[in-house]
Amino acid sequence: MMGKMQFKIVSLIVVALVYCVQANAQNMQKGKKIYEAKCLACHQADGGGVPNMNAPLDAASNVVGKDIARLVRIIRYGYNERIALDGFYYSNAMTASPDLKDNEIADLLTYIRNSWSNKASAVTIAQVQAAKKKQ
Amino acid sequence: MYKLSNLLLACVFAFSVNAQENAGLRLPAGFSATLFADQIGTARHIAINDKGVLFAKLNNANKAGQSIVRMEDANGDGIAEKISGWGKYGGTGIFVKGNQLYASSDDAVYLYQLDANGEVTNPTAPKTIIQNLHSRRQHASKSITLDPQGNIYVNIGAYSNACQEKDRSVGSKGMMPCPILDSAGGVWKFDGKKENQSYAEGKRYATGLRNVIGLDWNNQTNSLFVTQHGRDQLNTFYPTMYTDAQNADLPAETMYEMKEGDDAGWPYVYYDPFQKKKILSPEYGGDGKLEGGKNALDPLVAFPAHMAPMALLFYKGNQFPAKYKEGAFISFHGSWNRAPLPQEGYFVAFVPFKNGKPAGEWEIFANGFAGADNNKSPRGAKARPCGLAEGPDGSLYVSDDSKGAIFKISFNK
Repeated sequence: MMGKMQFKIVSLIVVALVYCVQANAQNMQKGKKIYEAKCLACHQADGGGVPNMNAPLDAASNVVGKDIARLVRIIRYGYNERIALDGFYYSNAMTASPDLKDNEIADLLTYIRNSWSNKASAVTIAQVQAAKKKQ
Repeated sequence: MYKLSNLLLACVFAFSVNAQENAGLRLPAGFSATLFADQIGTARHIAINDKGVLFAKLNNANKAGQSIVRMEDANGDGIAEKISGWGKYGGTGIFVKGNQLYASSDDAVYLYQLDANGEVTNPTAPKTIIQNLHSRRQHASKSITLDPQGNIYVNIGAYSNACQEKDRSVGSKGMMPCPILDSAGGVWKFDGKKENQSYAEGKRYATGLRNVIGLDWNNQTNSLFVTQHGRDQLNTFYPTMYTDAQNADLPAETMYEMKEGDDAGWPYVYYDPFQKKKILSPEYGGDGKLEGGKNALDPLVAFPAHMAPMALLFYKGNQFPAKYKEGAFISFHGSWNRAPLPQEGYFVAFVPFKNGKPAGEWEIFANGFAGADNNKSPRGAKARPCGLAEGPDGSLYVSDDSKGAIFKISFNK
């Protein structure tokens, strides 16, 4: 038998879980929109990038890795160097996006890290802000 | 039930055999193709000697640690059975003139000696013909060709998209004049025999070319022809001026005949194949309609945008039907900057020529490189056409720089 108090707690957890999942779907949707507007041209609809030029995001070790701060900085500041990734080199400049807000970068990274074959943790606004402070 | 499953098996078998017919390529009637070699590495340009020995320059050294691969089909079945290689540096350009083999890295051109059997005699000690060319990541590959006098022409691609103050950045203006053009963004001419040349010994032969990967000397006109990769991302940086659909079609990929001193207009203008005009680049104050580049060349041929012409070859042989004689084959790597619209290219095109001038519309010659499922994403494409070479018997070879296939296309009547 479940007591009233226990029932309340369980309900609260259920509501919280549903809310989280919904928020996640919402974040994914927002991230997708930003991806399509700012990233897809180079990184492609399949996240596969362009050999030798634009790095892939799908199945890329850095993208699903733990260094969120680095990913945030790449999006915010871009870079202008040849990079090595998973045994291949990519030569095009990465465009900076100084206009993206912290929550937008969080949504975008959450989307990228959970699209195509990628499965990694969602990125929070706090993680984006932490990355900014480091720079 | 037994019969049905047999029938199904037969169908599957027939289909899989069929899929491999002509090495998976779709060709005009009367042509056939074989998979001459496969998985040799990132095969960029290819060249062939007068005995039919084929050489490929790899973009990166392959698993065997070779960056120039030699392929020989001794028994004439259309498949190379003798495959070897040498060289450690990646690059794109390769050219054979008699017993001399030129190969390029992204900043130099080397010269090797071949013996009577087409075997390299100095694999680890080539002569350095040209060195210290700019190699700044973007458009760094060096394509080469020679004229009959032995001068060598080298493309030095612009290390930029549109010569913005900050490359590929929203709102960054085009630099005026573009400082890149003094040492890149054009074709340079050098002596094919002199060693250790660089900018000081060479000459800027033609300018205003963002990135030329395909180039060939035309013996009929006795002049250099090139194909240019047009600029990217009009919609990304100027979304109020260009829609995604417009960017997918702008600007044209272009072919020019370049005489000494000619200017093709990059970065100040791009070619709009619909208005048939040179349009002022938005980085330089253009709005999609304003014209510019008064002194710049108009292209001889305009191809659809972003398809990336990788090699240009004027057909000199007699094996193919008469319409191909002296015409131009162009390999198209396949686009990426048409996204979100479907990608295009991944084929070899043909432009008929008469008296050294285009004499008709361009057409697709060989298609199906991307694969039977028509996957035209750069990553998903089965093969991406890159180098072209014409064998002594008039067959056409096409290289693929993604997985390293070499296709041999012949006409069988």
